[in-house]
Amino acid sequence: MQELAAAIRETARKLLEEKTVDLVIGFASGSLPLRSTPCFIRKPEDAAKLVFDAGCENNLANYLRQRDEKVAVVAKGCDTRAIVVLLQENQIKRDNLYIIGVPCQGMIDRVKIDALLDGKDLLAAEVQGEAVTLKTAAGEKQVALVDVLHDTCKTCQYGNPVIYDVLLGEPVKPRQADDFADVKAFEALSPAERKARLTEEFSKCIRCYACRNACPMCYCSECFVDCSTPIWIKKSVDPADNMMFQAVRVFHLAGRCADCGACDRACPMGLNLRTMTRKLVMDVKELFGYEAGVNLDAKPALSEFAFDDPQPFLVKE
Amino acid sequence: MIIKKSELNAVLDKLLAGYQVYAPVKEGNYAVFKQIANGGQAYLGYSNSKIPPKGILFPQSEKLYSYSVTAEGARVEEHIDGSKKVVFGIRPCDAKSITLLDFVFNNDKYTDPYYMTRRNNTVLVGLGCNQPAPTCFCTSMQSGPFASEGMDVMLVDIGEGYVAQALTDKGKELLAGLGLPEASADDQKAAEDVKAAAVVSCQVNTEGLKAKLDAGFDDPVWNRIYEKCLGCAACTYLCPTCHCFDIVDDAVDCNGCRVRNWDACMFPLFTLHGSGHNPRPSGKERWRQRVMHKFKYFVDNFNATACVGCGRCIKNCPVNLDIREVLADILGSEARLDK
Ligand code: SF4
Ligand code: SF4
Ligand code: SF4
Ligand code: SF4
Ligand code: SF4
Repeated sequence: MQELAAAIRETARKLLEEKTVDLVIGFASGSLPLRSTPCFIRKPEDAAKLVFDAGCENNLANYLRQRDEKVAVVAKGCDTRAIVVLLQENQIKRDNLYIIGVPCQGMIDRVKIDALLDGKDLLAAEVQGEAVTLKTAAGEKQVALVDVLHDTCKTCQYGNPVIYDVLLGEPVKPRQADDFADVKAFEALSPAERKARLTEEFSKCIRCYACRNACPMCYCSECFVDCSTPIWIKKSVDPADNMMFQAVRVFHLAGRCADCGACDRACPMGLNLRTMTRKLVMDVKELFGYEAGVNLDAKPALSEFAFDDPQPFLVKE
Repeated sequence: MIIKKSELNAVLDKLLAGYQVYAPVKEGNYAVFKQIANGGQAYLGYSNSKIPPKGILFPQSEKLYSYSVTAEGARVEEHIDGSKKVVFGIRPCDAKSITLLDFVFNNDKYTDPYYMTRRNNTVLVGLGCNQPAPTCFCTSMQSGPFASEGMDVMLVDIGEGYVAQALTDKGKELLAGLGLPEASADDQKAAEDVKAAAVVSCQVNTEGLKAKLDAGFDDPVWNRIYEKCLGCAACTYLCPTCHCFDIVDDAVDCNGCRVRNWDACMFPLFTLHGSGHNPRPSGKERWRQRVMHKFKYFVDNFNATACVGCGRCIKNCPVNLDIREVLADILGSEARLDK
């Protein structure tokens, strides 16, 4: 990772020096352990601030829409998938964008770390190869990196960028195919069990909309939740309306969701949003053979109609 | 007085006979203040709760009154909550934050009956912080791990029990009803030792901040501070001092209720006018509002800073936009931002 970070800094510095771009969006060290933070670099000498490690969890495609200046972005596999969708939706001009592709081994899930620490505050952490050392007031603890990765990263099929202008580092090995076991396990529950599970989960939601705002593809200038004429869902917080918000959000991302997990990571209350987003990812893949953001030239599922599209909701087939 | 840990559940059960009791309850990987039904539900093992207890006095969605139209005419029913409550285990920063909310809901221009009725009927039993979290900076914000401002009773965890001290008449009354044994001289000594040992490692420099903000509305620093912000409400909803709200009707035809919901200056809709004009059109103006409100306007109005250093906004921001760094950037003490 050290060499990769150095290569990113060097590339960014050159791009700014040669005025290929006006701005580089990447990650800098954050203020908490295991946390890197999005950063905006405009001067070549500031490229030295860029890092790349297991704390670069945000999807930087979120910062690329509707920009006037020429921008370079440090993009992991999932970021590039979101970029592809945004290019298809005319939210980004390809000519103004320079993609610094970086292969990604997976990012650390701090919620999993919290679960391991049982209320203790993480004071410091170090990632060395496949092991992570966690320091708390009660002492040190070693965990395996693979055990604390985001679930998204564990099933991610696109650790290597799908689109780029330069590719840095060594490509990562492909992961085991994604069998959507999480979604299928949820589908196997009875309707009453599913409802109970969802109600429990969504009673934790505080409607901060971090999930919506962290998603690169949630960019409507007026979100249905904010609309007041008509009122689609209540502004007050209650599990039924919270669930409705999430259900509609997920449907608005059908065929567009890049399965990046940014929504899930952003949630301060630790809700499991992934099972819902991935249900749509799975359905779109199974019904229409389409994966969002994988191929710039493919016609998006929602823009395509084929006579042999399955329509189980119209007639029984 | 002293509450032995082995007696804690029984003490809470006793309180439950006379009060609604709110205490931190473990929920997954964090604790939140909830109304408990028995003492065993309380869990005091976290440095601070995920959501601040402000919602007990100022709920996220609060029905102010309900209305309906019947054959006889319109019926309006006001909801004022006068039940007696105890908030058990509130931390010093959160107790202080309630004294700040008091300024907002009870001042020479306006008294809010909904908040104040709750407030007057609530006893705050505070718990000092033996082990402040790495994100706590209360000592830089006129509070501290054993500051008692806002509390009616203060508890100090001395290992096998909590030394309890009543600080107000409300607190005395509450403790008197519990029939607790007196704390021994050794217990008192242990409490003093615990207080002396607590360290808040994080300091935030605020020297000159107010003057900087007084003159800094147009400072170019605002062009950069907000850049990575997503415009969500994680930082403000989880802030113990944030108190913005929006009033809406939840109704079908003429039957429903008027509700007061939390609002947040980080939302694009925050000050959107009916005309479509928005004086705070981008994240720049919104982040400026957040900082200005906490560290300038609140100081101008009430001579206090509307931040108690609880660290929640730091822990919960999805992009690690850290208010401690923002204040340093404003003071220009560190050249972190690339202007
Ligand atoms: S819905 Fe979630 S997983 Fe899907 S693209 Fe948006 S942020 Fe990524
Ligand atoms: S981020 Fe989490 S708490 Fe916030 S609105 Fe989304 S699901 Fe709810
Ligand atoms: S929590 Fe972070 S991203 Fe969300 S509004 Fe606050 S500063 Fe912005
Ligand atoms: S601004 Fe942040 S640190 Fe200060 S009181 Fe609010 S949440 Fe706590
Ligand atoms: S204006 Fe912003 S900072 Fe001030 S109380 Fe409201 S939400 Fe909090």
